[in-house]
Amino acid sequence: MTARLAVALLGLGGIFCVGQRVPHARAASFPQDDRTIVHVLNRLGFGPRPGDVERVRRLGVQRYIDEQLHPERVADPGLQTRLAGLETLGLSSRAIAEQYERPAIEARRQQQRQQQTLMKMDASGAEEPPKQPTTEQRRANQVVQELAEQKVLRAVYSERQLQEVLTDFWFNHFNVDARKGADRFLLTEYEREAIRPHVLGKFRDLLEATAKSPAMLFYLDNWMSASPQDPGMPPYRIVRGRFGSPMFVPRRPRPAAQKKNAQRGLNENYGRELMELHTLGVDGGYTQHDVTEVARAFTGWTIQQPRQGGGFGFEARLHDDGEKIVLGHRIKAGGGMKDGEQVLDLLAAHPSTAHFIATKLVRRFVSDTPPSSLVDRAAARFTATGGDLRETMRTILTSREFLSPDAYRAKVKTPFEFVVSAARATGADVINAATLVRAVQQLGMPLYQCQPPTGYADSADAWVNTGALVNRMNFATQIATVVSRQSSVVSLQPSPVSQSSSSDAGRSLLSVALNDDVSEATRTTIARATTPAQMIALVLGAPEFQRR
Amino acid sequence: MQSRRVFLKQGACAFVSLGFAPSFLTRTAFAAGASGRPKLLIAIFQRGAVDGLSVIVPFGDPDYYRARPSIAIARPNGGEHASIDLDGFFALNPRLQPLKPLWDARQLAVVHACGSPDSTRSHFDAQDYMETATPGVKNTTDGWLNRYLHAKQTSDATPFRAVALTPQLPRTLQGSAAALAVTQIGQFGIRAGQASDIVGASFEAEYAAAADRVLNGTGREAFDAIKMLKIADPSRYQPERGADYPRSPFGQALKQIAQLAKSNVGLEVAFADVGGWDTHVNQGAGEGQLAGRLDDFSRSIAALALDLGDRLDDTVVLTMSEFGRAVNENGNRGTDHGHGNVMLVIGGGVRGGHVYGRWPGLAVERRYDSRDLAVTTDFRDVFGEIVVRHMGVTDADPIFPGHPTRPDNFPGLFA
Repeated sequence: MTARLAVALLGLGGIFCVGQRVPHARAASFPQDDRTIVHVLNRLGFGPRPGDVERVRRLGVQRYIDEQLHPERVADPGLQTRLAGLETLGLSSRAIAEQYERPAIEARRQQQRQQQTLMKMDASGAEEPPKQPTTEQRRANQVVQELAEQKVLRAVYSERQLQEVLTDFWFNHFNVDARKGADRFLLTEYEREAIRPHVLGKFRDLLEATAKSPAMLFYLDNWMSASPQDPGMPPYRIVRGRFGSPMFVPRRPRPAAQKKNAQRGLNENYGRELMELHTLGVDGGYTQHDVTEVARAFTGWTIQQPRQGGGFGFEARLHDDGEKIVLGHRIKAGGGMKDGEQVLDLLAAHPSTAHFIATKLVRRFVSDTPPSSLVDRAAARFTATGGDLRETMRTILTSREFLSPDAYRAKVKTPFEFVVSAARATGADVINAATLVRAVQQLGMPLYQCQPPTGYADSADAWVNTGALVNRMNFATQIATVVSRQSSVVSLQPSPVSQSSSSDAGRSLLSVALNDDVSEATRTTIARATTPAQMIALVLGAPEFQRR
Repeated sequence: MQSRRVFLKQGACAFVSLGFAPSFLTRTAFAAGASGRPKLLIAIFQRGAVDGLSVIVPFGDPDYYRARPSIAIARPNGGEHASIDLDGFFALNPRLQPLKPLWDARQLAVVHACGSPDSTRSHFDAQDYMETATPGVKNTTDGWLNRYLHAKQTSDATPFRAVALTPQLPRTLQGSAAALAVTQIGQFGIRAGQASDIVGASFEAEYAAAADRVLNGTGREAFDAIKMLKIADPSRYQPERGADYPRSPFGQALKQIAQLAKSNVGLEVAFADVGGWDTHVNQGAGEGQLAGRLDDFSRSIAALALDLGDRLDDTVVLTMSEFGRAVNENGNRGTDHGHGNVMLVIGGGVRGGHVYGRWPGLAVERRYDSRDLAVTTDFRDVFGEIVVRHMGVTDADPIFPGHPTRPDNFPGLFA
């Protein structure tokens, strides 16, 4: 209680005066008040847990930010225990294909054969009973389910909070939807190896890792893009499975007459999204001609042994080896796989990319209306450091705009942020992460299932609407019931709210979650609650807790 | 039938007891009184690509029977499970018998060989294109029904203007205009067991006092909506005229749409979806797998039309599916992914009793890629005609970017 009392006494001053007075905050002048600390915990991470404010206060805000920029220096002892039961997390795509995808395909074939037999026996064509998913099919669904659970568990428990926020940000930037065919078996490796290691590294490396990932190659169709001049065919054809999941089948040689109907030729999908969504931005100064040229450069970038979880491969006979002109730069004929890499060089170093990436980062970390002064400085830092994302982040996180009153609670939490921050604030012991995964889905943000390549929106208007708000209040009510009763659905150990007196529970949670900074109406409403569960619900469902 | 007047009277009484009335409710009531009943569009998505050639059977095309030795629907009067003649060339699947009265009453129109200019045979991409109405463009962030809500700004919009009876808002309703996804309208509200009223009132107090304009405004709308629904109590509108909805999820979704429509909560766009159409294996013919799905589908829609009564005059029910299926049956007595498909358009104002669109023919050389039904009507022209001629949008171009609205291209579903 002492610490919480201190929170209240330290007051609300810092963020307003210190942040504004010092244009470029340095270590010595960094505001250290609790309001700033809560702000930092809400932006670098998924909100305060019980005890977090005290820990950052001891460490100092500046040192906390610096530590978070170097996740390798942050010990994360508890996390592995939390993730221990999720057996697919460390598997390669190859292992996932062998252990999860192929048994499911085999089981489906078996089921189809049985149906055939049944049908022959029963020529009357009676209606079929509804099909039950086989054990193998359920196991196949487990892959994305475990991925989603790890995302929630890491966000709730990892000490490397900024790394988790950035992994979420960059996955969303390079979005791939698990529901597109085989992608559900490829995302585990995609996030683990293409995204996570690079989120504080060089943008160029991140870009290439996604460009060469089977997940992206499949999602945006580049794996089947071929030179229109090429007389050959993609080495694989797609066969549609029962539920439309494309499967790869090696091509058999076909009679020449059939070739003209085969699906082949240039596919511009990746080329377009690469520029519009991954690098330059929609107004980044490219033309449809550039889209075609970029698509030509990436012909032959495909997947080796797709059905066996194979990795990136370059297929020279699909490649258009002619000269390309991209954004006015000439890519000489005969470059082979290097054509695509040259395009990535060009795009990663382009000023539009620096500006586009800076804008998106500032929108995520500062405000829905990114201050142009900060965007310009972050873009300049991005360019000066050759796309160093750690340095770009440092510019943003130590800026006066980041610490300005305009930024305080300027962001509405996404459903994911809301659910995770609620679990953190209550000090919950999440035994069954599936419950939280389902909650995020019910709030309209199914994890790893964002359909368009744009990723989920990062602004309030996408997430604030009537139905969503009612759902958030209901989630607050549900988690409050669980927290207060320690039900077995999600077993939650409410460390700060376990006091016997219900009013203590509300106050302490209000302090942890919102630094006691709420409207008079919220405060009195919470004070009038008659049970701990009601009180917890009224904190987590309050308008103030919808923001970060 | 519960009339609007009765509802308002009860509503007013109820609000007196609460001490205030939601502002939009009075607006709605006023507007409705002044300008007659609002138009309603009920969009139904058949996810998984229904085999349109089995839904509306081109029995007059000789290639149909050649292409489908084991799964073709028999010619009209061809014995048990035969198709039902519509116009001497097309026939209804026998399991669509419940819709035949609508055809006879000229309230059911068919658009055949309809679909997307994009060639994709991926469910994923094709559903996306149909819901955004931007075929070939993947990064469209909003759906066409949401853009409709924008194009037809209305001052008296309620939270129930656009409702999807789905767990999540479908792509077609996503966007910056407000739309609601709810699977059980009776459960819309704050659920906290016996404390629901107390907790609800407490949340309401928090949001009412919020200085935060966005959350304050949306919070007020949310609680208005909850009250509105409580007073309107859609569940008291039980099916009328003997409408018998199947107990399936789809049937129950349509039943709830009818309840919302009758309870005058400002419903303008409703959405439901129904799956199970991806019949690669053992599709069946007049009986079997597909027939079973069509049975649920047609009985649900027929119940909806019957239940709506004269409200059907102001309603259009539109069915769609991402693409059709290949003309030839495959080796598993099923069908693989194809191209052109069929849409049904039902409503009192529809010029029904007619199959629209040019029939391209099923001969191999007339097919798309030599295998699929060709598309002769762009699905956006069906959507376009509905939003212009039924919903009263004056400029539909913003709803269909890259596809300027040309009345000449409309199938002619409305007079």
